[in-house]
Amino acid sequence: MAIYLDYAASVPINAEVLATFTEALTVSGNASSTHSFGQTSRMMLEESREQIALAVGCDRSEVIFTSGGTESDNLAIKGLFWQRRGEDSARNVIVSAYTEHHGVIDPIEWLETHEGAEVIWLPVLENGQVDLKALENVLLDRANEVALVSLMWANNETGVITDIQAVTALAAKHKIPVHSDAVAAFGHMSTNFADSGLAAMSITAHKVAGPVGVGALILSRASKVTSLIHGGGQERSVRSGTMNAAGAKAFAHAAELAVKNLDQHIRHTDSLLAKLRESIETSIAGARFSRADAPGLSMNAHYTFEGLKSDGLLFLLDQAGFAVSAGSACQAGVARASHVLLAMGRSEDEANACLRITFGLETTAADIDAFVQALVPAVESARQAN
Amino acid sequence: MKVLAAMSGGVDSAVAAARAVEAGHEVVGVHLALSRMPGTLRTGSRGCCTIEDSMDAQRAANILGIPYYVWDFSERFKEEVVDDFIAEYQAGRTPNPCMRCNERIKFAALLEKALALGFDAVCTGHYATILTGDDGQLELHRSNAYAKDQSYVLGVLTEKELKHAYFPIGASASKDDIRAEAAARGLAVANKPDSYDICFIPEGDTQDWLNDKLGEIDGNIVDRTGNVLGQHSGAHGFTIGQRKGLNIGRPAADGKPRFVLEIRPKTNEVVVGSHAALAVIELAGSRFTWCGSAPVDATTWFDADVQVRAHADAVPCQAAVVDGEIVMKLRDPLMGVAPGQTAVLYVGTRVLGQATIDRTVSAVAVEAEALA
Repeated sequence: MAIYLDYAASVPINAEVLATFTEALTVSGNASSTHSFGQTSRMMLEESREQIALAVGCDRSEVIFTSGGTESDNLAIKGLFWQRRGEDSARNVIVSAYTEHHGVIDPIEWLETHEGAEVIWLPVLENGQVDLKALENVLLDRANEVALVSLMWANNETGVITDIQAVTALAAKHKIPVHSDAVAAFGHMSTNFADSGLAAMSITAHKVAGPVGVGALILSRASKVTSLIHGGGQERSVRSGTMNAAGAKAFAHAAELAVKNLDQHIRHTDSLLAKLRESIETSIAGARFSRADAPGLSMNAHYTFEGLKSDGLLFLLDQAGFAVSAGSACQAGVARASHVLLAMGRSEDEANACLRITFGLETTAADIDAFVQALVPAVESARQAN
Repeated sequence: MKVLAAMSGGVDSAVAAARAVEAGHEVVGVHLALSRMPGTLRTGSRGCCTIEDSMDAQRAANILGIPYYVWDFSERFKEEVVDDFIAEYQAGRTPNPCMRCNERIKFAALLEKALALGFDAVCTGHYATILTGDDGQLELHRSNAYAKDQSYVLGVLTEKELKHAYFPIGASASKDDIRAEAAARGLAVANKPDSYDICFIPEGDTQDWLNDKLGEIDGNIVDRTGNVLGQHSGAHGFTIGQRKGLNIGRPAADGKPRFVLEIRPKTNEVVVGSHAALAVIELAGSRFTWCGSAPVDATTWFDADVQVRAHADAVPCQAAVVDGEIVMKLRDPLMGVAPGQTAVLYVGTRVLGQATIDRTVSAVAVEAEALA
């Protein structure tokens, strides 16, 4: 039986959530219809919205359901940019960092190419943290031109955690809205929207043991975004399209469980991480823990192994029955150089030699032991194959 | 044995993998990513490294029930095949990139990686046969499907590489059989068109692509005695045997058309002459390898056949290694053979070895042509 250690890619759906989801799928009716069927569906949707608001720490009107993290990121970035520049044509600057997920980098680069946006990519420290001193300076210099700042709460590859409150405190001085991609963070660390000072935050269900295909943009009541999808005016007129009530219900259940179990999850994964790190770092020479001393997610261990390429290592581990990841793959399925490590100043060779091991409540200490036992010879062979 | 099936996304490699599975081997499918910026969709008959091809390969692997991975060889491919292709043209030669890919990627980089990762063999969808000779050594032979025979492009395989190469469809009678077999096995690639062009030249226009890489450099078009007949804007834009597009105003003395005979990169000159002067009677190259075990005494002249293009007939010759060069004296002249092309030597159906042609000897002496 294969052991799944790729929780950052997708967390296996929780059995209770699955039961909720399949039951919810039997509810007929469009949540926008006024008849009793529609009202039942609408009730399910609105209950889910309240449940998510509770889990996230926001007002229920601040929950905008989407199809997932990438859509939420696109809506926040393009929506805030167009809204702010529409109000003041001088606001043409987007501030972000190259350690972001492609769900953030790509819409920003799209705005740069197609909308003439100016992008300031903040410098990244060697441990993967964004240089907040540089952010402070950029905001001082260009305060009247910045449309938005977008910085992720936790990095999906390295697990590095950003001090979001420090970011929003800097931006608040200039009344600049901050968006955060919290897809990797939500449910794996404390992420209270109300306390964060954020204008917008992206989350998705399948990273908290919910189904794929449903997510949300948490958008503060004070923030306006230009809509990307036009139609029936659902979701505060921001995101048209028939609402996925069953998906919302499953997401709400998953979010509730994630928050309820958060302390236990962190304690458990913290001990697994300590065990994994000790085993790897004592048994494999040339293994480097990517985030070094930076604060990070307890469910994430990201390494580079000197002298190998990830594709060989991933192949051997998959053959040995362990599902892990190199961080990101291109559309064709090629493990490619990690743009996150490159942004951290690591070499192309290192960026091609990484391995991400991510786990959750269902992972056992025995799984970690078995994994390291397979990893040691796999690293050896992958080095020979290089 | 443990077999790595190289799967391009085409019908041949898919059926080859299927036969390897059926033969009872433990098979893993691997698609080679050869381009850093793969196109999304395949266009026409070109290429094997778009995302669509990778998806086709994956679907075939799924149907066969074998694990599937994509391995990135784009950097090696660029260095060993694409850059070599450009450098060869720059040096006035006409390379065969598919042979370079077999020599340096599929049966070198990929094979080495496969062996290090615990595989015993690399299987591909090439049409060629590996047989055991009377001496117990492995030999590479032409495919029974003579029209599809690809032993020419495999001529670069060495003895060690032959030991780990596996061509499950190599002895098939025809491509039609392979397509029918693919359809019967439920492989969606059964009717996928064959690929012919150079996979890394997306628009299929080699001259345009080379102009883009090498730029335009003005030079002279000369005859074999050195008279300047015209100008050109880049010697790499010409191929041996080319007749059209020379733009020489003056007609030849005999009124007959002129052909490109030679490209001289050092002086950026393109040499033209009569059709008769295209004929070569001798080929030689210092970059040669034996396919399987080497002849006992290659310094003594021996009879063989030589093939200079993938889709040409082999012609009789006498060959021998002379001063570190393999020299092939042709019984009858061949027209328009360019340095850079690969000469593959055959004895009967067996591939004996190959050489990259460095120089050719014209069948018509300069003086004779001048007199004519």
